[in-house]
Amino acid sequence: MTVRLAVVMFPGSNCEHDVVEALGRVGAKAEVVYHAERSLDGYDGVVIPGGFAHGDYLRPGAIARFSPAMTAVTEMAREGAPVIGICNGFQILTEAGLLPGALQKNSGLKFLCQTEAITVETTASALTNQAVKGATLKIPINHFEGNYTCEPETLARLKSDDRVVFRYGQNPNGSDDDIAGICNEARNVVGLMPHPERASDALIGSEDGLVLLRSIVAAAS
Amino acid sequence: MRFDVQVEVSLRDGISDPAGATIERSLPALGFDGVEAVRVGKSIRFQIDAPDETEARTRVEAMCERFLTNPVIEDSAVALSASEREPASP
Repeated sequence: MTVRLAVVMFPGSNCEHDVVEALGRVGAKAEVVYHAERSLDGYDGVVIPGGFAHGDYLRPGAIARFSPAMTAVTEMAREGAPVIGICNGFQILTEAGLLPGALQKNSGLKFLCQTEAITVETTASALTNQAVKGATLKIPINHFEGNYTCEPETLARLKSDDRVVFRYGQNPNGSDDDIAGICNEARNVVGLMPHPERASDALIGSEDGLVLLRSIVAAAS
Repeated sequence: MRFDVQVEVSLRDGISDPAGATIERSLPALGFDGVEAVRVGKSIRFQIDAPDETEARTRVEAMCERFLTNPVIEDSAVALSASEREPASP
C-alpha cells in the first residue's frame, strides 16, 4: 500500500511543496496539512519542513510548538510513526521537547546557504534505515540558527545511545560535536538541519537525499 | 492590581553568544578598549493584571518557563512593580 505522509505547513513555512514533491519521487503519497489541523489520522508519518514558522518570532519554533497540529505530531511520535524535522522543523521538534537540546545562532553569525558533506553516523533511525553507515552525503543547508547546543550530560547520552544521526565533515555553524542531526530514544523522531529534499534530483546538484527520503517511506510502511 | 513587568532574557552561562562575541571584537576597532564579557539578550515588557504581586510574579515566571525562554539555553530575570498607569476602564 502507498505510504501516506503529512507535511505540516505553518504560516511562514517555505519548503513544504519541495518536500511533497521529493517524497513523491520515492513513492510516497505526501500531502500538505495546515498547522491548524488537529488530527493526522490516516497518515503513516509526518515531516515538519523548513522555513520560518510563525516568523520565527521570539525563537525559531517557540510559537509553532503550540500549533494545534503539534498535539497530533506528538501523539504520532509516541506511537512510533516516523516524525522528521528538517531545518526549521528540527528547531520546532526541540522546542516541543520531542528532541533534546536547542539550535543556537550560527557561531559565525552568518546565514549559511551552501552544500555540506555530512556523514551517516547510524542507520538505526527513521531517516537512515536505507542508508549506509559511514556514507558521506552532499546535502544543502540553509539556516541562521543551526548551531546545535545541549548540556554536556545530554551530549554524552546522545553519543552513548548512538543517537547522533549525522555529523558535518567541516562544521559550518559551531554545532556541538559537529552534530547535523539527532534522533529520540525510540529512533522514530529525527531532526536535521540539512535539507534532503533539496538533494533529490541530479538536476539540482545532488540525489544524495533520496536514500533518506526512502528511509522515511520504509519506516512508515 | 496592574503591574509593569520587564523580563530580561539572557543566554545561560557557558552558552556561546556569537552576537556578544562579535560586538566585543568590534569595539576596539572603534576606539573603545577594555570591554569584556559582552552578552546580548532581549527585553520583553508588558503589563499584567493580578490580585497581588506574588500572584503576578508566579504567573510571569510560568510564562518564562513555558514560552518566553528556552530553558536549555536561556535564563530570565523578572522585574515587576505596581503600575502607575490607570487600569483600563471596565
